[in-house]
Amino acid sequence: MTYAQPDATGHFGRFGGRFMPEALVAPLDELAAAWTEAKADPAFSAELDRMLREYANIPSPLYEAHRFSKIAGARILLKREDLNHTGAHKIRNVIGQALLAKRIGKPRAIAETGAGQHGVAAATACAYLDLECTVYMGEVDTQRQALNVARMKMLGAEVISVTSGSRTLKDAINEALRDWVASVDTTSYLFGTAAGPHPFPSMVRDLTRGIGDEARAQCLELTGALPDAAVACVGGGSNAIGLFTAFIDDADVKLLGVEAGGDGVETGRHAATITGGEVGVLHGARSFLLQDEDGQTIESHSISAGLDYPGVGPEHSYLADIGRASYVPATDAAAMSAFDLLCKSEGIIPAIESAHALAGALELAKELGPDSTILVNLSGRGDKDVHTAAEYFGLLDGPVVLDEGVEE
Amino acid sequence: MSAVDELFVRTRDENRAALVGYLPAGFPTKAQSIAGIEAMVDGGVDLVEVGLPYSDPVMDGPVIQAAAEQALAAGFRVSDVFDVVAASAATGAPTVIMTYWNPVERYGVERFAADLAAAGGSGLITPDLTPDEAGPWIDASEKYGLDRTFLVAPSSTDERLAMTAEASSGFIYATAVMGVTGAREQTSSLAPELVSRLRQVTDKPVGVGLGVSNGAQAREVAEFADAVIVGSALVRCLLDAPDESAGLDAIRTLARDLRAGVERK
Ligand SMILES: Cc1ncc(COP(=O)(O)O)c(C=O)c1O
Repeated sequence: MTYAQPDATGHFGRFGGRFMPEALVAPLDELAAAWTEAKADPAFSAELDRMLREYANIPSPLYEAHRFSKIAGARILLKREDLNHTGAHKIRNVIGQALLAKRIGKPRAIAETGAGQHGVAAATACAYLDLECTVYMGEVDTQRQALNVARMKMLGAEVISVTSGSRTLKDAINEALRDWVASVDTTSYLFGTAAGPHPFPSMVRDLTRGIGDEARAQCLELTGALPDAAVACVGGGSNAIGLFTAFIDDADVKLLGVEAGGDGVETGRHAATITGGEVGVLHGARSFLLQDEDGQTIESHSISAGLDYPGVGPEHSYLADIGRASYVPATDAAAMSAFDLLCKSEGIIPAIESAHALAGALELAKELGPDSTILVNLSGRGDKDVHTAAEYFGLLDGPVVLDEGVEE
Repeated sequence: MSAVDELFVRTRDENRAALVGYLPAGFPTKAQSIAGIEAMVDGGVDLVEVGLPYSDPVMDGPVIQAAAEQALAAGFRVSDVFDVVAASAATGAPTVIMTYWNPVERYGVERFAADLAAAGGSGLITPDLTPDEAGPWIDASEKYGLDRTFLVAPSSTDERLAMTAEASSGFIYATAVMGVTGAREQTSSLAPELVSRLRQVTDKPVGVGLGVSNGAQAREVAEFADAVIVGSALVRCLLDAPDESAGLDAIRTLARDLRAGVERK
């Protein structure tokens, strides 16, 4: 049976849907209709493909990591999303949404960001497509990721530091939604992951699925067969759903999502939403989330800012529920060990998010053995994480001056 | 007929709009939130909206966000809301809970409805739950005789206005502006049109909220609405007060001013 999700109102089984203020329902309906139309318009697709190719360096290559494979004990293929413009898969999603914004004639765009990767990608796409751009970022994250704040400003975006709630990504999303309710006539919300109310989860999937479509063909060409497994890290879920979608009907390809295990799921300090959370409603959709007994959202913890989110896209909850994909946690320590291994064995510094996928692949390799082929989405590069990683590995001698004289 | 229905029969007879006042449960403490509600009823509020503090209040501006954060930091638990509802209903004012959806789903929709009814509450206002996703709540509200107030907005299509009005009971909440809660200098120019569009599809009572903060604004809104809903301005009385009794005095004074406005005199 071929997989066809979501239904017409954005439900993936019991997950997804739209839990939103009524004021945003008609605009979300319009967005869904505009996306359906754009998707079916060959001129739009051609334009988007051209932009991704000429501007964003897409399709990204598939790379056989020989030395890393030897250590892992399985054949490891890396989908090199780290080589995309701005350094991650996020550019695929945001150029698509920004081009749609142009098509429907909204001159202003807003976005939320955690680590700053989506914010940088959004600021980039807005500069490229001449849109006014405002990025909401939790105050805590603006301090953790000062360089990305500077990047966004360089690209002409306004960055608003959010001081409500836990002052992290979830609060940045809240604040962006508050902006959007008041500005939706002129403003598009460029949502950064495959979560949120319908149509975002399926629209973001449509825009990121190139990752898996390309990798499937590249893998067939390189190895003559499909991989035994496809592995990706899962924050909100955009790079993972982008990888998985091409393989969902290939029943023999195991799909593995790797969540941020932080200090270990048993410690309560983690961001492993599917592994350690429960079903509820957050940011417009029903999905797994980290919540207390009262349904109040619990703050997540991860060394990786891009995975540090207490929710997850509804399609991943569904794929977990029906058993088509499995989700496991990788701790900060496991991810950083995989990070180190890739640096030293391949000369590739991965994003710490992507290092979680590598950690998952190393575990899986033990299970599948030396004859197996494991496709891993290297969702981004680690430039943004050099400071965090250097600190983690104790490579910094004195204080490092970031910008504006801020000492860390 | 529910307590809310009876209220609107009475206010229509009296040729005035009803005054709806919002305060969050547990802010700044449970006892003080009850005292605040008693003060606003004393000042002339007809219907009480008890807010349920939530970690991610996307429909709320800074004032109500700050109150919710304080309540949660002070240890508010969802089960506390029913004590506040019981105390509010004991004043004689019909009392509803305004709540984001996840705490209700987490508590159990049916269990929440049962406990709300047992506390003497009249219904729920659900800012992030539209009728589209409300199946379990509609069933539970029928079973326990509770009112369902859904929201409509200037952006709602005519079709959605009709669908939402049909699914609502007690009253319908018309958000006067495209935006979040918070006092505004001027009343909305979008509200009269929204209410008149709503009148074409329903004769259920319509309350208008978002931004009303004084008697003069209440009077303007009372010209075309069945109820005037005030939240942030009341919460601010408590946020800004130097001590508890000053806060309660400020609430009573504001409620009297608002009440004079809704009398249409
Ligand atoms: C490189 C990279 N990978 C993964 C993620 C996680 O997001 P998602 O789960 O939506 O792919 C991020 C988010 O910032 C990222 O920057």
